[in-house]
Amino acid sequence: MLSKSQARTFFLGGTLVTFLAFIGLTVYSLSPQNDQTNHDQITEGVIRGKHLWEVNNCMGCHTIMGEGGYYAPELTKVYERRGPDFIKAVLKTPIPWQPRGRKMVAYEMSEEDAQALVEYFQWIGELDLNGFERIVSPLSQDK
Amino acid sequence: MKYKSQKVAYWFFALAILLFSLQIIYGFIMGFARIGMDGLHEFIPFNTARAVHTNLLVVWLLTGFMGAAYYIIPEEAQTELISVKLAFVQLISLALVGVVAIVGFHFNYWEGRKFLEIPRELDYLVVVNVLLFLGLILGTLYKGKRRTTTALVLTMGLVFAALLYLPGMIWFDSQVTDSFFRWWVVHLWVEGVWELIMGGILSYLLIKLTGVDREVIEKWLYVIVGLTFLSGILGTGHHYYFIGVNKIWLVVGGVFSALEPLAFLAMALFAMYMYKKGEKSHPNKIALFWTIGAAIVSFIGAGLLGFAHTLPQTNIYTHGTLVTAMHGHYAFWGAYAMIVLAIISYALPNMTGRKRYNVNTGHYAFWLTNIGMLGMTVAFGVAGVAQVYLERKMKLDFMDVQNEISIHFVVLLLCATMFATGVILYIIEFLRFGQPTDEAVLGENTTEE
Repeated sequence: MLSKSQARTFFLGGTLVTFLAFIGLTVYSLSPQNDQTNHDQITEGVIRGKHLWEVNNCMGCHTIMGEGGYYAPELTKVYERRGPDFIKAVLKTPIPWQPRGRKMVAYEMSEEDAQALVEYFQWIGELDLNGFERIVSPLSQDK
Repeated sequence: MKYKSQKVAYWFFALAILLFSLQIIYGFIMGFARIGMDGLHEFIPFNTARAVHTNLLVVWLLTGFMGAAYYIIPEEAQTELISVKLAFVQLISLALVGVVAIVGFHFNYWEGRKFLEIPRELDYLVVVNVLLFLGLILGTLYKGKRRTTTALVLTMGLVFAALLYLPGMIWFDSQVTDSFFRWWVVHLWVEGVWELIMGGILSYLLIKLTGVDREVIEKWLYVIVGLTFLSGILGTGHHYYFIGVNKIWLVVGGVFSALEPLAFLAMALFAMYMYKKGEKSHPNKIALFWTIGAAIVSFIGAGLLGFAHTLPQTNIYTHGTLVTAMHGHYAFWGAYAMIVLAIISYALPNMTGRKRYNVNTGHYAFWLTNIGMLGMTVAFGVAGVAQVYLERKMKLDFMDVQNEISIHFVVLLLCATMFATGVILYIIEFLRFGQPTDEAVLGENTTEE
């Protein structure tokens, strides 16, 4: 029968081994040779776009790479699906965007900010998502 | 209950319940918005309601865990808390940070990072607050006469939870790396160290409620938390399938997250076996319901419903849909909300001296919340599966699909009303107990009701 000290060894040993494996896999998957994100194409505009994405909590309604609020459309492939002009129009309008009844906050963004978000979406749209990019936004494939 | 300083737990429980109530109100705002009734949009748009709803969840559960620790640790360590005054300072500062964060969310003062919306400036205050909390708990344990496995596991969970908050505070230029480390916090909390906290509280409650020998319960506690980390740490990989990192996570995440239900299964079997094995018939049946209920519902919500969409072959379709909301609601409810409500139900009679052990209000609260949450889970599940087929298989537009599935949110709101009624009854019971007293703490003045 299992003793308490054996159970403790199982807990501590198992935790240590899996934690070390986790760290090793993290280093491996984030190393430059395994990059799937075109990391070298992260420009000032993309960084600015990410900042705007965060300060406006866009993820609170939309999803990106499948992560977010499930309330408004998935935006991983929005650059491909809608194009830059449409995206900018939505971000700059002073009237709340309201397609088929669901309202978006009217952000009234400047041209520079809207452009930064467009660059951010363009970068996101080119990520290798292990096949998810073909599922997540099926409409983009028909454009 | 033997130590006067345990009374401080009452105020943490009261704050937890208050925040829980607010969380439900914001949940209703979101639910109504989904069926087109978004009259509050100008003041509380959906992203604000969502940030408040999820952050209140995290904060009320953490507040409940802290209350549980302040209640359990003195008894386990057989000594008074090293400073009750500092525990109150910690409580008030926690409440202040929480209020600033929640109010700030209404004025765009946040970071749009799911579950971690609290701005970084406030993150530093959270760190200071948690350090004060850990200082009090570790100081009490150090001073104590006894060091039990239950106290050790609970404290390890709390220390690791604090450490794991730090990766979420680092800025990354890449959305992918940002997401990667955000899951270090969110996943390793809810599918890792929070399970240690849950295991610690569950172990304490089983020892008290069933009378089974501490050595037996604590041995199995080690096995359960061992299984939790063995599967849960590498199980983080199920969040990495489709966010732009290496395919190796499809294999690692798939295999290890498929093992995650084992820890919850072990916890459910553990709780039921100890209940059957126990010779002691504790009169606090309501606490027993919440305790055994937490173990069983966490297995269904976190274990089974998590397993249902954790394999990459399934997750590629369900990732980013309402299927995740289905799993999330039942998992958080079973694993964490119910265990906090269990420790409150156990501690209240001991702290206040009112032995309201078997009153109807308490039983109605248990059943209404549980049936209501089950109904909400089913509504989310049906909506989620319909969304997967219509949007990802039939290629319908996002909003067309949302309009098609909005009827399920009417059902969800009805079930949420039942759930909220149960919570109101729980709060009424909480208030009927009154405030804690020294006489009750020392067992000098108790009344059966």
